[in-house]
Amino acid sequence: MKLTVWTYEGPPHVGAMRVATAMKGLHYVLHAPQGDTYADLLFTMIERRGHRPPVSYTTFEGRDLGEDTAGLFKRTCQDAYDRFQPQALIVGASCTAELIQDDPGGLAETMDIPVPVIALELPSYQRKENFGTDETFYQLVKALAGPVEKTPHITANLIGPLALGFRHRDDIEEIKGLLYDMGIGINVVAPFDATPADLTRLGAAHVNILMYPEHAETAARHMERVLGIPYTKTVPIGVGATHDFVTEVAQICGVEPKKDLSRLRQPWWSKSVDSTYLTGKRVFLFGDATHVITAARIARDEMGFEVVGLGCYNREFARPVRALAKAFGLEALISDDYLEVEKAIEDAAPEMILGTQMERHIGKRLGIPCAVISAPVHVQDFPARYSPQMGWEGANVIFDTWIHPLVMGLEEHLLAMFREDFEFHDDAGASHHGGHAQPRTAAAGGLTRRHLGPNQWRHRGRPPRIFLKQRSKRASRRTRAAMSWSGWPMPRKS
Amino acid sequence: MNSPATIPAATCRDAPILKERGQREVFCGLTGIIWLHRKMQDAFFLVVGSRTCAHLLQSAAGVMIFAEPRFGTAILEETDLAGLADANDELDREVGRLLSRRPDIKQLFLVGSCPSEVIKLDLARAAERLTQLHAPHVRVLNYSGSGIETTFTQGEDACLASMVPILPATTARELLLVGALPDVVEDQAVALLTKMGIGPIRVLPAPRSAEAPGVGPNTVFACLQPFLGDTAAALERRGARMISAPFPFGEEGTTLWLRAIADEFGVDDATFEAATAAPRARARTAIANASEHLRGKSVFFMPDSQLEIPLARFLTRECGMAAIEIGQPYIHKGLVGPDLDLIPAGPTISEGQDVDKQLDRVRAARPDLTVCGLGLANPLEAEGLTTKWAIELVFTPVHFYDQAGDLAGLFSRPIRRRALLKLEERA
Repeated sequence: MKLTVWTYEGPPHVGAMRVATAMKGLHYVLHAPQGDTYADLLFTMIERRGHRPPVSYTTFEGRDLGEDTAGLFKRTCQDAYDRFQPQALIVGASCTAELIQDDPGGLAETMDIPVPVIALELPSYQRKENFGTDETFYQLVKALAGPVEKTPHITANLIGPLALGFRHRDDIEEIKGLLYDMGIGINVVAPFDATPADLTRLGAAHVNILMYPEHAETAARHMERVLGIPYTKTVPIGVGATHDFVTEVAQICGVEPKKDLSRLRQPWWSKSVDSTYLTGKRVFLFGDATHVITAARIARDEMGFEVVGLGCYNREFARPVRALAKAFGLEALISDDYLEVEKAIEDAAPEMILGTQMERHIGKRLGIPCAVISAPVHVQDFPARYSPQMGWEGANVIFDTWIHPLVMGLEEHLLAMFREDFEFHDDAGASHHGGHAQPRTAAAGGLTRRHLGPNQWRHRGRPPRIFLKQRSKRASRRTRAAMSWSGWPMPRKS
Repeated sequence: MNSPATIPAATCRDAPILKERGQREVFCGLTGIIWLHRKMQDAFFLVVGSRTCAHLLQSAAGVMIFAEPRFGTAILEETDLAGLADANDELDREVGRLLSRRPDIKQLFLVGSCPSEVIKLDLARAAERLTQLHAPHVRVLNYSGSGIETTFTQGEDACLASMVPILPATTARELLLVGALPDVVEDQAVALLTKMGIGPIRVLPAPRSAEAPGVGPNTVFACLQPFLGDTAAALERRGARMISAPFPFGEEGTTLWLRAIADEFGVDDATFEAATAAPRARARTAIANASEHLRGKSVFFMPDSQLEIPLARFLTRECGMAAIEIGQPYIHKGLVGPDLDLIPAGPTISEGQDVDKQLDRVRAARPDLTVCGLGLANPLEAEGLTTKWAIELVFTPVHFYDQAGDLAGLFSRPIRRRALLKLEERA
């Protein structure tokens, strides 16, 4: 038993949902009690999907337990097939159904469902969400992808992008562009937008681009072993990594490593004078292993930051993250305990955090700026605009994203210069927020920027709304207007 | 405007109920912890469950909005299930750690979940044991918020019901208001009743355990929410008597709710009028303004928070809407009967859910507004239907006169938005 306040990963069946929801023509029958349907809103609200996840829940209740939950599962399975007519079904159990041991896979086998039915064994009390994504995709590939004739021209599969991923939608486009520049076509992208029928064609590709090892490494290994398709080991996030990726793909495919660098601006943005203020900034990195490993290289080699701490929450990748930390002269933090991560960040006292939405909250609390580099995600991590992390444009996007929470170079000097100015002093509200400076008098105390430390000025005088005690006669209209899935204010008194 | 087109005597109380079983698109009772822990300021809610429970709480709360919230999940692991570790020892250890780190905690709720119930972990006995261990500083209670026993707001009912047996006994003639409402709203209710000379007024749950109300044969209570059936039954077992009334949503609901209490306390018409006339007039004006876009429109309620029947009464009688279907997870006529009495027969009243079939009915009816959970809202919007997230009705102050206009506004905003947005290509 372990006390948990906030979690980085959901249960493994949520991982399976991320694969199923990313795909088309696949349906997931989940043996689960009422309440587990909460997971639908991750997709419809956070990712703003305009369709329900293709999941049918058996919704068993207390009174069913003494009766026929197996029969309920079979009925749900049949209804789901009849209604949605999928090309394939995946079946499995959530944590509670695992305990009642109905064996969804075995039950579905006894039924006369005329499409492939793939059983998932996702041990809820041992494993977590990323295991669920990787295992589900692997089972689908194992069941559906067989040897087929290679495409006449050189093509690649892009594997790993799925629902609720951090910028997966845009990374796909960026990788397609990199491959296009080398004259390599796309065979299948999966699971994102793929159908089960598409998966049967995976074997026609010449290379697998393993975009996110935490979601597709097992499938990549399987395809290498069974279908003879090599897969890439470099994740092209960052300028250096993208160069390495192009070299790796060119070698595997025997083509020229052609690149179109005409839109890559990141190197000059990093070299330009204003960016001197980035040099030596102390950063702490935490997230999933893929994004942390790539971010560490960008931080050190492409921004000139000093990495003062790093770690990941997905234990499956502890080994490479530990090795990386060692190369940086650090000890890796491998933990999914939010309070432990907060403590480590507090101890390292970085000037910036590159983390997940969880670390963004830690940053708010500690007054440290934070940019988000990894899942778990939030409605903000699904921007309307094109915003990849991978490839050349990804490098540009990352530069902008990371410097956004920081004070700009020249701005920093001006702020220092005017800190005690009678009109622009720290207690004066920002003019663009309609703040009106009260000329400072000797008696007016309060915190100044000096008391707060160099990077805390952004939060000065404006604590997050939720920490404010709200007690008006009427609940504020603005509060409700601002209500959004990104974390609603609690009208109830704090 | 409100006269029903059919025979005036027929109301929804006697309407046949469409009972459905199938996939339910609702939260489980654990969700109530999100507002209960804000209301009870010295309480901690410890869910004994799985990673799914922790993930649900995190997802239902949006994101993590509290530094170290007064709730958490003791996640069962393989060893707890395989009997390698005695789950009770593990629980005692985690509770010990928690209480030593949080000396501000005076009440600890052990909250049962689907897995803890399936493995038959006896949390009632654990609570007794832990109470003895940590007395007198901390009182440990337990209730179930599991999805196999409870739906969404039923978690609050289970929580409050678990507190009733330990409330101090009293013979005082007191009014007890039952239900966790935002303080601003609770204050309004108390102010209105006090103005009529009604008192003393106590509230369950109290903000701190030391302020817990007494209960006894002279207690009369009124529920603030339509989902507190078990709590009401538990109070009645302690000798208290319920004042039955429509729920205080909108001008009419608030007036009838206050009137029922006023009658119980022998308040005369003049006093009642003096206390309510001004806020009633304000509420009427506010509703009239906010419901401009609702008049003549149709509404379909998917089952979610148990507020559906009282809100349908408000929308049909005070905002001029027509209800097509009013779905509730379960229907407790002892509580919502007075609201059903006021809704003219016509709409389908449904209990339980088979979500795919219900969505077929929504698509066939194409209501002007569908009130539904978050998992369904965007998919329906994408099909061109206008929706209102039901959960906002639970998290927003919507009771009593001063919120009546805002309540209508919550429903009218999606309709207004639809009229405002010009996003399609114009020929």
